[in-house]
Amino acid sequence: MKILVCISKAPDTTSKIAFSENNTKFDENGVQYIVNPYDEWYALVRALEIKETIGGNVTIITVGNTADEAIIRKALAIGADDAVRIDAEPNDAYFTASQIAKYAKEKSFDIVLTGKETINYNGSQVGGMIAEELDLPFISLATKLDLNGTTATLEREIVGGVQVVEVSTPFVASCAKGMAEQRIPNMRGIMAARTKPLTVIPVSSIEEFTSYTSYTMPDAKSACKMINPENMDELVALLHNEAKVI
Amino acid sequence: MSTIVYISSNNGLGKSAFEAITYAKKMGEDVIAVTVGNADSNVLAELGQYGASKVLVDRNANSDDDQQITKVIASAVSSTGANKVVFSHDLIAKAVAPRLSVRLKAGLVAGAISLPSTDGGFSCKVNVFSGKAFGNVNVKTENKIISLLPNSIQPEVTGSNCSVEEFNGNAGESKVKVLSTKKPEGEISLPEAELVVSAGRGLKGPENWGMIEDLAKELGAATACSRPVADIGWRPHHEHVGQTGVAIRPNLYIAVGISGAIQHLAGVNGSKVIVAINTDAEAPFFKAADYGVIGDAFDVVPKLVEAVKKFNASNN
Ligand SMILES: Cc1cc2nc3c(=O)[nH]c(=O)nc-3n(C[C@H](O)[C@H](O)[C@H](O)COP(=O)(O)OP(=O)(O)OC[C@H]3O[C@@H](n4cnc5c(N)ncnc54)[C@H](O)[C@@H]3O)c2cc1C
Repeated sequence: MKILVCISKAPDTTSKIAFSENNTKFDENGVQYIVNPYDEWYALVRALEIKETIGGNVTIITVGNTADEAIIRKALAIGADDAVRIDAEPNDAYFTASQIAKYAKEKSFDIVLTGKETINYNGSQVGGMIAEELDLPFISLATKLDLNGTTATLEREIVGGVQVVEVSTPFVASCAKGMAEQRIPNMRGIMAARTKPLTVIPVSSIEEFTSYTSYTMPDAKSACKMINPENMDELVALLHNEAKVI
Repeated sequence: MSTIVYISSNNGLGKSAFEAITYAKKMGEDVIAVTVGNADSNVLAELGQYGASKVLVDRNANSDDDQQITKVIASAVSSTGANKVVFSHDLIAKAVAPRLSVRLKAGLVAGAISLPSTDGGFSCKVNVFSGKAFGNVNVKTENKIISLLPNSIQPEVTGSNCSVEEFNGNAGESKVKVLSTKKPEGEISLPEAELVVSAGRGLKGPENWGMIEDLAKELGAATACSRPVADIGWRPHHEHVGQTGVAIRPNLYIAVGISGAIQHLAGVNGSKVIVAINTDAEAPFFKAADYGVIGDAFDVVPKLVEAVKKFNASNN
């Protein structure tokens, strides 16, 4: 099985969120980047498990600059075989997806996996866009993926429930919780990652459909009103009369 | 010009469908609803009440196949000349809207929480950094797609039922075979819920969730939980809210025995009103909450259930 796993960087979940240049840019000062958790914990680990049971090759790909090679090495340390970096800033989902799709088309992978969404822009867009570019079926928010030859059975989240679907390879899927368990890279993996192949591909000229023009922070919350634990009638009255939510 | 709204109708019409039509109507152009599947035409006609001028229904396409739905919407766009498409940001939209964006060469705003602003371009407000901040997304393309976050707008009835027309969107063959669909009966779907009762590790064990379910039932609320609780298997995964779970923005979020870690708050701080119940006066949740109760959940929640019962009885 030839599997391509798309990974993105994301700020560490405890990062302070602030903006610079008149609230038009994310302030990267002091921000530590990690592999986006959905890409790492679910997409990458499930790809490795498939390779370990039936054989094959796991390639990771990211659209990013040289600084992003740290997250690439992390993914290689967890067990990916080789890596591709498309040398560009991923500012727009269509731009990013099209760069990846162009590469994927040339190499014809059996499975392309992404995380469910990134934890910074939460768009859930890139997987579906790659699938459309490649004219492949897309199983979004998959929580389970099993293969039997070229037939894949996937479970996916639907509103309040679960659906089981079947598709043939090649296909694209985005991975959510349940798909696999996080793996911590060991020393051998970290050493091996240093010498695994990393190919840098120049950017293709592709238009951007959207751009972030500015950011704002939520209004500061006013102080929390404390209610006597013996007086739940008061809480209910406040929720009804003051907050007007019940 | 007109605006197309894609409606998921296989489980009847939900509140999010009415929100999406209301939203499109407020954008000021003719609104055409598009759906696929077997929904009853009499039910679909109700979309007219919220502002749709007609509904196009393709009964040949598979409502679980994102490739087919994409083709049907693209056909509807070309036959009506629409230049905007609106979705409710649900699971179907997360698969179909990105595909449609590529097919129509139309920029996509994923998870819009405001109507578009048209001064100096076309931009919508979205949540970024898992709800820790807002961003303004500018769409540069001629055609535009907006996927609207549930609970961002109040549905408004402005008219009466509209006509429902059969439509052939040339969906092509389905490449996805649905083997089974499991839906828990009678539960309120979490992303759409207006009221949510949530609990964390402070409850000590799964056997103690009875009072949380009682409270949810009295309020007509959905239930949710923190990540460790789903990880240890005390509660199902789909209840896990937060940065790596479901992001929700109900009118009321009641957090019981949840510390309020930054990753948890990221998924719930869009809630209009937050109540935190915790034994620890220093719990970070009190900084994010509107109302706080410092106390033991095992005393406080049963009292709250009784208070809600009393309130319900006097309001009926
Ligand atoms: C990358 C990453 C992503 C994460 N994503 C998420 C996410 O999406 N969602 C999420 O929830 N977490 C997430 N976490 C975990 C998060 O950091 C916290 O560990 C988690 O939210 C804590 O859950 P909790 O509040 O239930 O448990 P605890 O932190 O153990 O808190 C229990 C609380 O219950 C209170 N308590 C104890 N007994 C009682 C009682 N009898 N009555 C009332 N109160 C009581 C305690 O005072 C305490 O505040 C993530 C962490 C990381 C590193």
